[in-house]
Amino acid sequence: MSRRRHSDENDGGQAHKRRRTSEPIEIEDRLESLICRVGEKSTSSLESNLEGLAGVLEADLPNYKNKILRILCSVARLLPEKLTVYTTLVGLLNARNYNFGGEFVEAMIRQLKETLKNNLYNEAVYLVRFLSDLVNCHVIAAPSMVAMFENFVSVTQEEDVPQVRSDWFVYVVLSCLPWVGKELYEKKDVEMDRLLSQIEGYLKRRVKTHVPMLQVWTAEKPHPQEEYLDCLWAQVQKLKKDRWQERHILRPYIAFDSVLCEALQHNLPPFTPPGHMPDAQYPMPRVIFRMFDYTDAPEGPVMPGSHSVERYVIEENLQCIIKTHWKERKTCAAQLLSYPGKNKIPLNYHIVELAQATEMLYMRLDTMNTTCIDRFINWFSHHLSNFQFRWSWDDWSDCLTQDLEMPKPKFVKEVLEKSMRLSYHQRIVDIVPATFSALIPAEPLFSYKYEDESSASLPGYPVSITVGNAIKNRASNEEILAILKEVPNPNQEDDDDEGESFNPLKIDVFLQTLLHLAAKSFSHSFSALGKFHEILKTLTDSDDGKLHILKVVYEVWRNHPQMIAVLVDKMIRTQIVDCAAVANWLFSQDMAHEFTRLFIWEILHSTIRKMNKHVQKIQKELEEAKDKLEKQQHKRVTGNDFEDEEGQLEEQIERLQEKVESAQSEQKNLFLVIFQRFIMLLTEHLVRCETGSVDITTPWYKNCIERLQQVFLMHHGTIQQYMGTLENLLFTAELDHHILAVYQQFCALQL
Amino acid sequence: MSSKLNALTSDSYTEISQYRDQHFKGNRYEQEKLLKHSNTLYVGNLSFYTTEEQVHELFAKCGDVKRIIIGLDKIKKTACGFCFVEYYTRGDAENAMRFVNGTRLDDRIIRTDWDAGFKEGRQYGRGKSGGQVRDEYRQDYDPARGGYGKLAQQHRSTEARNSF
Repeated sequence: MSRRRHSDENDGGQAHKRRRTSEPIEIEDRLESLICRVGEKSTSSLESNLEGLAGVLEADLPNYKNKILRILCSVARLLPEKLTVYTTLVGLLNARNYNFGGEFVEAMIRQLKETLKNNLYNEAVYLVRFLSDLVNCHVIAAPSMVAMFENFVSVTQEEDVPQVRSDWFVYVVLSCLPWVGKELYEKKDVEMDRLLSQIEGYLKRRVKTHVPMLQVWTAEKPHPQEEYLDCLWAQVQKLKKDRWQERHILRPYIAFDSVLCEALQHNLPPFTPPGHMPDAQYPMPRVIFRMFDYTDAPEGPVMPGSHSVERYVIEENLQCIIKTHWKERKTCAAQLLSYPGKNKIPLNYHIVELAQATEMLYMRLDTMNTTCIDRFINWFSHHLSNFQFRWSWDDWSDCLTQDLEMPKPKFVKEVLEKSMRLSYHQRIVDIVPATFSALIPAEPLFSYKYEDESSASLPGYPVSITVGNAIKNRASNEEILAILKEVPNPNQEDDDDEGESFNPLKIDVFLQTLLHLAAKSFSHSFSALGKFHEILKTLTDSDDGKLHILKVVYEVWRNHPQMIAVLVDKMIRTQIVDCAAVANWLFSQDMAHEFTRLFIWEILHSTIRKMNKHVQKIQKELEEAKDKLEKQQHKRVTGNDFEDEEGQLEEQIERLQEKVESAQSEQKNLFLVIFQRFIMLLTEHLVRCETGSVDITTPWYKNCIERLQQVFLMHHGTIQQYMGTLENLLFTAELDHHILAVYQQFCALQL
Repeated sequence: MSSKLNALTSDSYTEISQYRDQHFKGNRYEQEKLLKHSNTLYVGNLSFYTTEEQVHELFAKCGDVKRIIIGLDKIKKTACGFCFVEYYTRGDAENAMRFVNGTRLDDRIIRTDWDAGFKEGRQYGRGKSGGQVRDEYRQDYDPARGGYGKLAQQHRSTEARNSF
């Protein structure tokens, strides 16, 4: 097998230029290419490719040993779906060159330490799994692997550490057993039994407060959603009962057994897990999502049960494929569809059968978590838009007899609304049966209060005409403000001379008229907001003003939620309103009837994200200024110029520091407002239900409590900074336990 | 340790294409540099009836959209089947190149490409008849793009006159 055979294949990108001379960089590229591509579709068998590659690499060891070490360590970390291909390769190399095997193991240990230090826990799992499979390839001696596992499991004895830390170490050990359980039990069954018993004890005593927050369904039927460690434990137990007979994993090393068993093995150096650091970010717990079981694939191969270890291995591999190839959608699809061993599992059926999956998800909407319903809505409408909106809507006519607030009709309504955004109103009318007309969204038209003479009796009507003409005739801001002074203030007995105080009618007249003139498109409306920015800033100087402008925007565009969202976004970015005002508006009584609609939450989360990005931006500016100052100070140049510059920088840093503190304060306040409003609404509901002896679990309640969970989950990184304040001010023991439970579940995610 | 494998960093959907704007003020190198750092995408093969709202809904799935500029017929000042989408960050634009390019909007497969950045005047079609160049010469009938290409339309009316 010559190097030149592996020409670069196009996955859709541009071909590499062929270089004519052999420089070290090219040889490294070629080695990388050879190693990365082994195991892919080829005219020769995998075994013969591995044999050939081992020969080539062995010959290159004298000159390129370090490069080869580096590449092999990288594929161990970055191509976990091809684990056993590479462990076999390392096994063959070790058989030919014992020293190289030893150096590779040492390099892997160094890499493992680095990944743990850098909070790269997912990659660390792949590395440990790789090491454990090296036992199967006679590179690492089984007893030393068991010793490493024992050290990992002893983390469960540590005190005062987050549960997620010991969780991870237990997870790593369990996740290796499908690959190496058999071999380790053959060599060290007593030690392994002790290990598993320790793990069992740990799993029994660990706290699982976080689980309800992470479950997709609120029902246990038809598929229980297990906490991830419980599921993996059950799978390992079953594997043990089956005497570690695992049939799914591809094991190329079996074909080389006669060669490999002659090789000398290395002992892993004793590995002490690094101690817990306060800034460590362990992976958060998960709940295993199950949707299919063997009854769902009636033809072809049988689907492995949820506690079979094959299920775990397959899901791991599919996830790895997606993580590796997400940027190249064609390659990713090809890799998924050509998954080795696919003939033994109903792979095609479950990847390709979208219609069935959709149907199943629809049927279980009643117990589906609200966040998941959001994703289902977004995915399904986007999917439909690529397939001419063809769907068998009549299959879902059961939703027509239900109250519109129930999950199924609500889902269909939101899907149709999103579908309309991707097309147009008449299209939606055309694609659904007439029976679905109650679920069709309203036509996204402007609602102008001062439309015509029928509104002549309204107090703002005369000025709306004048101001409308003024805008059309390109009057100046001063002229327009003068006109607006004529608007009577319903809040006051006598107008004060300046007319400066909050006048809701003034805002109403100006904004309604302006937005009406600009209603044609997003661009027209943005342009209007830009042109009259000064006036709008003046009108919204107070918190009342900001709240009212949002009210007016909603009133005029209430049939076009997409427009509301983009206008609110623009107004935040141009500082006509602030984030807290938007939050207060969304939770206000005026918006209560829209509270469960998807667009409300899209606006809220978009607002929070803007706030977060704003803080990050200023923090970055501060860091950059600090770096610049440090660099200056290192130069040690004296003279007036330098001192001036340094002084300027210090001033700038001080200003930025203030800016950061101010931004963080605004951010904290935003979350306080949001959580406080949630607490008020939920408490009100709970008290009302209690006094009326009614069941609290209404569709509204389920929606609201899950929206609260969603805020925590979607912004957990930021919220964790403010836990102290939240606990002291809001989530105190006096709170109703239903609400406090959400907070406690959230805390449990990193405890 | 932090070594990336070149063979694995393939990201072909985000590579710049062969297209270079002939009206660009600057040399090839400058244009390519802008393309490689741009947050703006050109979007082509739109229907003449596709609205800014529809474009926004689709492209907002990849991140916050800063602005959309609908391409216009230079003479009629009506939409002529292309637009620019500008994101706040490059990463969001890259995701659009990876996942929106080659999918459907308004039932048509749309094509996205890097753009060096919007400048006043670039919103107009550069075809002789006012629309896009591609609509001058195409032979097929596309009801969402004004029917036949402009040249083909002229031939058809000539034919009609002659046969009459």
